[in-house]
Amino acid sequence: METLKKITASPLFLPLFALAVLLIFNIIFVDGFLTIEMTDDGRLYGRLIDILNRSSSLIILALGMTFVIATSGIDISVGSVIAISSAVCCTLIGGRGDGAAEYPMLLAMLAAVLAGVLCGVWNGLLVAKFKIQPVVATLILMTAGRGIAQLITEGQIITVYYKPFAYIGSSIPGNILPTTIFIAIAMILLVTFIIKKTSIGLFVQSVGINPTASRFTGINVTFVIFLVYAFSGFCAGVSGLIESSLIRAADANNAGLNMEMDAILAVALGGTLLSGGKFNIGGSVIGAITIQTLTTTMYALGVSSEQLPVIKAVAVIILCLMQSSKFRVMFNNWKSRNKVGPQGDKNFLMDEKAVNKA
Amino acid sequence: MKKIISLLLAISLLVLAVGCGGGDQAKKDDAKAASSGGKQITMGFSQIGAESEWRTAHTESIKSAAKAAGINLQFSDAQQKQENQIKAIRSFIAQGVDIIAFVPIVETGWDTVLKEAKDAKIPVIVVDRDVKLSDESLYIAKIGTDSVAEGKKVFNWIDEYMKKENKQPRSGDKFNIVVLEGTVGSSVAIGRANGFKEAMAAAPDAAKYTILASQTGEFTRQKGQEVMESFLKSDRDKIDILFAHNDDMALGAIQAIEAAGLKPGKDITIISIDSVKGMFQAMIDGKANCTVECNPLQGDILMETAKKILNKEEVPKNVYVEEGIFPADVAAKTLPERKY
Repeated sequence: METLKKITASPLFLPLFALAVLLIFNIIFVDGFLTIEMTDDGRLYGRLIDILNRSSSLIILALGMTFVIATSGIDISVGSVIAISSAVCCTLIGGRGDGAAEYPMLLAMLAAVLAGVLCGVWNGLLVAKFKIQPVVATLILMTAGRGIAQLITEGQIITVYYKPFAYIGSSIPGNILPTTIFIAIAMILLVTFIIKKTSIGLFVQSVGINPTASRFTGINVTFVIFLVYAFSGFCAGVSGLIESSLIRAADANNAGLNMEMDAILAVALGGTLLSGGKFNIGGSVIGAITIQTLTTTMYALGVSSEQLPVIKAVAVIILCLMQSSKFRVMFNNWKSRNKVGPQGDKNFLMDEKAVNKA
Repeated sequence: MKKIISLLLAISLLVLAVGCGGGDQAKKDDAKAASSGGKQITMGFSQIGAESEWRTAHTESIKSAAKAAGINLQFSDAQQKQENQIKAIRSFIAQGVDIIAFVPIVETGWDTVLKEAKDAKIPVIVVDRDVKLSDESLYIAKIGTDSVAEGKKVFNWIDEYMKKENKQPRSGDKFNIVVLEGTVGSSVAIGRANGFKEAMAAAPDAAKYTILASQTGEFTRQKGQEVMESFLKSDRDKIDILFAHNDDMALGAIQAIEAAGLKPGKDITIISIDSVKGMFQAMIDGKANCTVECNPLQGDILMETAKKILNKEEVPKNVYVEEGIFPADVAAKTLPERKY
């Protein structure tokens, strides 16, 4: 009992529980959900791999978003930054039909990530230095970003025929898992390292809870806030690489479309409050995987195109309610009342009598 | 460090500002050149975005046709949102343009704004997609492609091809078809799906085919790939035919099919609509089988119709552009001639 309490009290319990419910649902209703096969060229192949592969760019976005939200900010520009990053990458490699690259791929990748960081720096300057409200500040890049991406690609979808570019989104020959999963793991390790080995995590939390008090204790609040936006931009830059490599093309209009909302949802599902303060990296990662699992579930069940958004919304509502402490208290009260049944009613009657007497 | 950053930002802003200035100058020169020959027509045009190579070609065609016809084009990109289109049309009305043309992203919800245009006595041309209106007189003409006919062409080609190649179903006794649909609610997706189903129902050997799964890929490569991936997980050894409502989804799906260890174009017969260059490349590589043309070069016919309307000439309500079918064996020959 003691250990059970400990487990349920852990901040990771609820996000994991939500994911587990989805997975169990899938195992029951989707044929061969757990099947993982080996293809002829030595890659693992199955729905679970798909989920991890497709969720990796969302995981990376959610990492950056967690820090931003922990400082009680928000970054709604990440979707557009993905478009910019993928546009930069594909334009530099070039859409040549003969499969050659205009510039070395490594350079293009670096430039793409750098473009993401620059966008983050821009957001950081606006929010930290000029004290513009985060939603408004990042809204600028959210709307302008796709325009910038279109300028870079000249309004075209640039298809990259250079073979190695596909390795980022699928797998490097000889590797059994998609590269995206390794990139996501590397980013998670990086973030964990930063939190464990430096005090930045603590600073972020303190800024989120009370910026004024943090300033008085000697934390450079402006710099911390600037840093989280720059990091969020960096994460979006990396996600952009993955998103463009998955389809081997830069699609300025659709790359990362609405992903900022998914990233925020992932963070919220992961148990980080949007009001800032305490954050939970592990929860955000699980939240991101949960969202992708949900999408994959819908496809696997063959939900028709018209009903898809509605059913997804209902599922999200249920997942969120499961995590709301208020709702849980209400639910438990209702359950115990039902369970107690007649006794509860008797109590109620007695109360009424007492009231009448009075 | 801070100084360096701010300096860099300042420089980049300056470069941007100069860049924009240059563009404006060029535009003014163009306008002057055109307006020297009589009264110039101003057309407000609302494009839905640049979701595919096809759309890019469509935009290009309209821009170049406007230039050639000496029409001043006010171009607005709606970035896939109806509210942006409605805003654009309202601003065209406020500017008092001579004629409005737009590509409706979805079929419904246009009555109010088109009524406003009618009240302002500005004629409206619907381009490329369909609208559902309570009052058909809200627009003068519709220019575009016949999406129902395209859907029919797809099925008829499949039926012919399967007989010609003497293909057998990979499992069971029926050919299993999977469909990647376009944006939910768009006239093109509805028309193509209906045309396909009508042709299938009317075919003498309709019993040989069955639609196994159908899901929206939202006309994009990302979603096309993701949805195909899911189809393959459920029915990898059953799918015989893929029908994608546009080429880009087919191109995304081809990558998913390859990742599943199947041969696109051989194990799974792939046919889509639009005929963009990327699809021709895929057919030359043997990874796709056929593409039914959906002609985006609608600029010239649009400008012609616009001029006729403003000259008070009669125009037919529906104007269709010509469209062909391009199977893989003609791909290599046709590709160099393609404009989009």
